[in-house]
Amino acid sequence: MNWLLPLAVILPLAGAGVTLVASRRPRVQRVISVGVLATQLLVELIMLLQVTANGTMVMHVGGWTAPFGITLVADELAAFMLVVSTIVALTVLVYAISQGMADGSETPETPVSIFHPTFLILATGVTNAFLAGDLFNLFVSFEILLTASYVLLTIGGTRERLRAGAPYIVVSLLSSLIFLAAIAMIYAATGTVNMADLSVKLPQVAPGIVATLQAMLLVAFGVKAAVFPMSAWLPDSYPSAPAPATAVFAGLLTKVGIYAIIRVQTLLFPPGSFGTLLMIAALLTMLVGILGAIAQSGIKRILSFTLVSHIGYMLFGIALASETGLGASIYYVAHHILVQAALFLGAGMIERVAGTTVLARIGGLAAAAPVLAILFFIPAMNLAGVPPLSGFLGKVGLFEAGVQDGRVLALILVAGGALTSLLTLYAIVRVWGRAFWRPVPEVIDPEDERDALQTESGRPLAVRRRAQQEAQRRVASEEAARLPVGMVGATTAIVAVGLLMTFAAGPIYALTDQAAANLMNRSVYVDAVLNSGVPSPPGATGEDGGP
Amino acid sequence: MTSNLVLALTIGGLFACGIYLMLSRNLIRVLLGFLLAGHAVNLLLLASGTGGVPPIVGQAKDGEAMADPIPQALILTSIVIGLAVSTFLLAMAYRNYQVTREPEIPEELEDSEYAGSDPSGGDE
Repeated sequence: MNWLLPLAVILPLAGAGVTLVASRRPRVQRVISVGVLATQLLVELIMLLQVTANGTMVMHVGGWTAPFGITLVADELAAFMLVVSTIVALTVLVYAISQGMADGSETPETPVSIFHPTFLILATGVTNAFLAGDLFNLFVSFEILLTASYVLLTIGGTRERLRAGAPYIVVSLLSSLIFLAAIAMIYAATGTVNMADLSVKLPQVAPGIVATLQAMLLVAFGVKAAVFPMSAWLPDSYPSAPAPATAVFAGLLTKVGIYAIIRVQTLLFPPGSFGTLLMIAALLTMLVGILGAIAQSGIKRILSFTLVSHIGYMLFGIALASETGLGASIYYVAHHILVQAALFLGAGMIERVAGTTVLARIGGLAAAAPVLAILFFIPAMNLAGVPPLSGFLGKVGLFEAGVQDGRVLALILVAGGALTSLLTLYAIVRVWGRAFWRPVPEVIDPEDERDALQTESGRPLAVRRRAQQEAQRRVASEEAARLPVGMVGATTAIVAVGLLMTFAAGPIYALTDQAAANLMNRSVYVDAVLNSGVPSPPGATGEDGGP
Repeated sequence: MTSNLVLALTIGGLFACGIYLMLSRNLIRVLLGFLLAGHAVNLLLLASGTGGVPPIVGQAKDGEAMADPIPQALILTSIVIGLAVSTFLLAMAYRNYQVTREPEIPEELEDSEYAGSDPSGGDE
C-alpha cells in the first residue's frame, strides 16, 4: 500500500497541470479540482487507516534506500494532519467556486484561469510537507506552498492586495533563506539531510553546533507558524486577501509551520531542549495576540489576531515535550485548523451579506441571516473554548499536561492560557454581539449624517434614520437569502467536521495520543525509515532506480 | 575539513548586502536583495560538501577524493526555486508600477477594515 504516499502528492499536482491546460473551460476546471481533492481525501483516509493498523508507512522514491534517496514517510501525525488539511482544502474550494471568486466575478480583473491550478499546487505543497522524510524535501514543499500562496494572496493584483502581500512575501522569503542556510549547515555538520538519519547522527555533533542549528530551524519555522516575535506579518497581510484564500491560509499554512516544529523538536534534537524559551514564546504569543484582537475593529483582523494567539497553545504543548502535552497539542492543531477556517468562511459570508466586515457598520444579522448566525456562533464558541466543545477539550488536555509538568513556568502558562481563553471569549462575543445581536447601527455614513444635520434636526432625522435602518435590514435579508448554496453548504460541512472533533473526541484523542507516543519514542520513526525496504548493506545503492 | 576564509567572507558579504536590500520598500531592490542572499545560501551549500575529482564511476584513481555531488544537486534545486520566485517578484513589481505609478509599495492604504473604523475600537 506504500504507493498511496506518492499518489497523495501526485494527484493535486497532476490536477494543477490539467486545470492549467483547461484554463478556458471553467466548468472542466471545477470538476477536475473538486474531483482531485475528493480523491486525495479518500487516499488519505485509507492511509490513516493503514497507518493506525500497521504502523508507519515509508516509501523510498525511485527505489533509493533511506539515507540516499528521497523518502516519503506517513506516521500517525502526518496521516492525521493530511486528512484534516484536505477536508479544509476541499470545503474551501467548494466555497470559493460558489462564491464566484474562481470564476472572476469578484473583481473584474481577476485572472479567471489561474485560481484552480494555484489552489491545487498549494494543496500539493501542504501534502508534500506533511509526508517529507528529509529536510530538503520539506524545504521544497514549503517553497511550493509559499509560491502558490503569494499568487493567491495577491490575486487580482489590486493596489490593496499588493500592499498587503508585500510584507508577507518578503518575510516568507527571508525565512526560506534561513531554512536553506540551516540545511546547508546541517549537511556540513552531519553529511545527511534525511531526518531519520539525522536523528542518529546529530547526537554525535558538538552540543553548541546542534543548538545553533536548532535555533536557526526554530526561527525559520517560527516565522511560518507566526510565533510571537515573528508574528507581525500575519494580521497585516491576511485580512485583505479574498475570504477563501484567507480561510485556507489560516487553516493550513501556519499549521504546516507548527508541524515542522513538532517534527524537528521530537525527531532531531535532544528532548525538551529550548523548552524554557519555547514556553516564554508560547505565553507571549497567546497574550500579545489576543490583546491585539481586542484592539481591532474589523472582523477579519480580529480573527487574524486570534489565529496568532492560539498558535501559542500549540507551542505550549510542544514546549512541554511530554506525551500528554504533545498529544493535546496535535488535537488542538486539528481543532484549530477546522475552527479558524470556518470562522474566516463565515466572515466572508458576513462581508457578502452586510457589504463590509467593519464592526461599526454592521448589526442585526441574527435576524437577517439566521443560518449564517448559527454557522458563525458554533465555531466562535468553539474557538473561545466553551465546554463541551473541542476547543475546551484541547485546552483541558494542555492544562493537564502543564500541571503534570509542575515547573513554575508551566503553571504560569496554564494561567496565561486560561486568561487567553477568557479574552478570546470577550473578543469573539464582541464580534457576535455587534454583528449579529444589536440592531443595525444608527450612524451609517458620516457624510449622510452631516447632510441630515444640515437639513434639520429632531423628528425628521429620526424618521430618516429609522427608514435607513429598515432599508439596510431588508437589503441584508435579501442578500442572505441569495447566499449561494455552495457557500452555506461548505461552511456547514466544515462546522460539522469541527463538531465531530467534539463528539468523536475519545477516538481522536486516542489517535493523537498514539501519535504523540510514537513521536516521543523516536526509534519508531527511525526504524521504519532506515530498516525498511530491501535489506541492503550500508553504503550500497539501489538498483537502476527508475521511477 | 578545512575552512576557506575567502568563501566565508564572500558568503557573509553577500548575506549582508542581500538582507539590507530586502529591507527596502522598493520591490526591485527586494528582488536584487533576494538574488544576492540566495547566492549567499547557494555558496553556503557549496561549502558544505567536500571537494575532489568529478564523482563519476571510473574517473577517480585509487585514494583520490571525489567531490560530494549532493550539495550541487541541492543548489540546482535551489536555483530553480529562486528563478520561480524572482519571476513572481518581477511580475509583482511591474503590476505595482502599473497600479501606483511608483516603484515602491504604497505606505498606507485604503484598507477596508481601517476606513470608517469604529472610533471606540482603538486602532492606530
